[in-house]
Amino acid sequence: MNRRYFIQLSSLGLGAMMVPSALEAGVPVLGRSVTAEQLLEPGADVAIKKKMADVALNAAKSKGATYADVRIGRYLQQYLFTRETKVQNIVNAESYGVGIRVIANGTWGFAATSDVTPEGIAKCTETAVAIAKANSRIQKEPVQLAPQKGVGEVSWKTPLTKNAFQIPVQEKIDLLMKVNSEAMKNGAGFVTSNLFFINEQKYFASTDGSYIDQDVHRIWPTFTVTAIDKQAGKFKTRDALSSPMGMGYEYLDGLASEKIPGPNGLVGYRKSYDMVEDAIMAAKQAREKLTAKSVQPGKYDLVLDPNHLGLTIHESVGHPLELDRVLGYEANYAGTSFATLDKWKTKNFNYGSKLVNIVADKTQPHTLGAVGYDDEGVPTKEWDLIKDGILVNYQAIRDQVAIIGEKESHGCCYADDWSSIQFQRMPNVSLKPGTEKRNVADMIKGVDKGIYIIGRGSYSIDQQRYNFQFGGQLFYEIKNGEIVGMLDDVAYQSNTQEFWNSCAQLCDQDDYRTFGSFFDGKGQPSQVSAVSHGSSTTRFNGVNVINTGRKI
Amino acid sequence: MAILTKEEAKQIIDKVLAFSKADEMSVNLNGSRTGNIRYARNSVSTSGETNNLSLSITAVYGKRSGTATINEFDDASLEKTVRRAEEIARLAPENPEYVPMLGPQKYLETPTYFESTAKIDPAFRAQAAFDSIDPCSKKNLTAAGYMEDTAGFSAIGNSKGLFGYNKATSVDFSITVRTNDGLGSGYAKRDFNDAAQLNTRSATEVAMQKALTSTTARALEPGKYTVILEPAASIDLLQNMMRSMDARNADEGRSFLSKRGGGTRLGEKLFDERVNIYSDPTSVDNPDSPFAGDGRPQEKVMWVENGVVKNMFYSRYWAQEKGVKAVPSPSGIIMAGGTQSLADMIRNTEKGILVTRLWYIRAVDPQTLLYTGLTRDGTFYIENGKIKHPVKNFRFNESPVIMLNNLEAMGKPVRVNGSMVPPLKIRDFTFTSLSDAV
Repeated sequence: MNRRYFIQLSSLGLGAMMVPSALEAGVPVLGRSVTAEQLLEPGADVAIKKKMADVALNAAKSKGATYADVRIGRYLQQYLFTRETKVQNIVNAESYGVGIRVIANGTWGFAATSDVTPEGIAKCTETAVAIAKANSRIQKEPVQLAPQKGVGEVSWKTPLTKNAFQIPVQEKIDLLMKVNSEAMKNGAGFVTSNLFFINEQKYFASTDGSYIDQDVHRIWPTFTVTAIDKQAGKFKTRDALSSPMGMGYEYLDGLASEKIPGPNGLVGYRKSYDMVEDAIMAAKQAREKLTAKSVQPGKYDLVLDPNHLGLTIHESVGHPLELDRVLGYEANYAGTSFATLDKWKTKNFNYGSKLVNIVADKTQPHTLGAVGYDDEGVPTKEWDLIKDGILVNYQAIRDQVAIIGEKESHGCCYADDWSSIQFQRMPNVSLKPGTEKRNVADMIKGVDKGIYIIGRGSYSIDQQRYNFQFGGQLFYEIKNGEIVGMLDDVAYQSNTQEFWNSCAQLCDQDDYRTFGSFFDGKGQPSQVSAVSHGSSTTRFNGVNVINTGRKI
Repeated sequence: MAILTKEEAKQIIDKVLAFSKADEMSVNLNGSRTGNIRYARNSVSTSGETNNLSLSITAVYGKRSGTATINEFDDASLEKTVRRAEEIARLAPENPEYVPMLGPQKYLETPTYFESTAKIDPAFRAQAAFDSIDPCSKKNLTAAGYMEDTAGFSAIGNSKGLFGYNKATSVDFSITVRTNDGLGSGYAKRDFNDAAQLNTRSATEVAMQKALTSTTARALEPGKYTVILEPAASIDLLQNMMRSMDARNADEGRSFLSKRGGGTRLGEKLFDERVNIYSDPTSVDNPDSPFAGDGRPQEKVMWVENGVVKNMFYSRYWAQEKGVKAVPSPSGIIMAGGTQSLADMIRNTEKGILVTRLWYIRAVDPQTLLYTGLTRDGTFYIENGKIKHPVKNFRFNESPVIMLNNLEAMGKPVRVNGSMVPPLKIRDFTFTSLSDAV
């Protein structure tokens, strides 16, 4: 069976910019196609899963493993793709199996099987132990696993009020058709819209004495509106300003109480998204972009919306502080990191200005990273990465924390499927809001020459995370404390340390929202993960802006 | 065994089709054995092997279609999956753009399968990794690399009598070598259908050489430079451009091939007249499957000839709307070049920059195909025909369309990423800022 296949995006109109770094080929789908009804069938009973897990743990110990963990996973996916008046594709997929990881002779071994029977699990465990023993011959140093006390039999569920898989497919199609028709009515030439729903039903057990049952839900509604001026031979797009969330279908309720009014009729969506309203605005704004003024390159003070800043945080703080990257394990693919251990050890490396406080967490409600326990059974928590501008920590898992002198894992280990081996993945990484009372209007009032940027656009950063370039969805010129109109062809280029040191002002908690990356890629072979980044609107002074307009 | 013979595959497909009660039914049967080995810090980090065999059944009623997949092949399971596909189809919304399935097709013979690759085992992978790690550790360099090998088959069939079968193998290898002080980095990549052509040691030696000679990088001012793009540097930009040659997007006014006032730029000269880009599944150096996923035959297609846009690719629906041949998109491309080696091209360059690789390439403006990204793992200044010194990495903002108008010279094409691309000498390539990354 194809463990994963890819929905090709070019024909489905999902913008290339929305696709993660490692997965340009398409949206990954795990497992086999099933009916929507099959996605609602209950998975195996917890008591049975415990019995199966014990088969693996006992087999591992009897074969000489000093540690073993087992993940019995059922991964459900429902994806809808539409354009204008047509449903292009509906994917219902289920992936079910077990992944077994062991330490034998001080070396990791991993094997996975879709044969979730006592015999299949025992055989798979033997393979994992055999691989560990074979690899131990070329291993240089034994694995140093940070201790983790067993947590007993526990469970965790994404707090949600509407399980998206229980909502009829027709209701979802009706929503997307409404989104598309409203966009078309308001000036769109074309529109594609999509809904992505994921449910991970994960059972974890380890020789530490943990039996953890988790039910994790994620949702991502999105669209791309295109406006065309055939006479001028021009087209412009505007993507949705939604955020993928660790929520159920209630994210699509569009509650007024979760809307943050912004300048120029803009709306910031907190924990509830009004997809139709956003599509109407998108169509109007895409049309406005067709005649927007092309930016004059130079230095500007940037006012960055959370729905934009999230990606900058992801690329320039999230990735460089992954300890495996810092150590060189990703050198042949994503690269290494400028944030080396010697810089961290000085305890005075100025990653950013004093205003910059960046935390990692796997606990923030409604986020993509939120779970009770990570994929090696560690209870999740929040910890500081950058405190008052100083680099203070990394993201590390059980076999890494000894390197940074810590005794317990940060709890950010993840595998995208039962058949993938778990490894260090980015937790939520968020910029803390300011403590002084301030909204976006207040912030803009203080800017003489600036650009207000909203939404996720083009993004690129080097393999050690120094130099980056970011675009956006919407750009507004700020002159003498006021928005004077829309700009086009805007991208800013900076250096990570320089950029974060130019952080000059923060909006407060009332403006705080999360941005998310739904299919973040890492590793060879590549695995996806989902992660949120919270912030409030933030000002950065004197950033270099280039003009990206060209003639061909 | 994940690789079925043509006869075995046909037997299963025929059995599935015999169970069908739908208006139309198509079947895709795929099997593969994929193995990989990954190493970093001069030590193997992960390795594995996966066998896959899967059957995907699509049932169609009128303009409604549904797909179900399975990996068991007894009669009862096959029939159950046919019924499930039919049930999903009945519940599916109508697709107004549905085009009835193709009848029998004629497919070319393509040399995609090599026993040398099919028989790769864990010992072969370990040796390939050792051959790459060993020379690095002996020179106090740090290797990080990845090799992935696949042997598989793909069979398609439908209720209108279409049947196709293809076996293919591939091996992909990439290696990054870094100096232990972190000041030098080099890269090489190789891909072949025939594993006998892969030598991980010699590829690693290229990366080692680049790492060792790149440690004393000097900063040059960003600006417009003549560059020599090695094939590993230009391939992503060229492939991105090819992916944007969809006819429907052009007709709809949202492509670099859309024309001001409506229509497309098919037949217009958009590039330097020496630019010729085609695809050919029978190519000995770069063979591809003889059929597309939907059963359309893959044949030799000229995409750009003497700088003129000759073809765009079509969905079957859009081709029917436009009354033209439904040319499918190619999987690999071949860009014709010259006879010079990379060394010859360097020798013939007065001033320029040699680029090993471009990285983190992202679309900035789909209208002009403007892309941004950075140089990586070996960037050197050329003066009077010689490599003078390494330079710090640059960020670029450039469009492959502009690039292929600023063509100075082309070398001999080499295989990269399942395509054939020559080293390209380009004038006025736009670097917009410096990066400290090594």
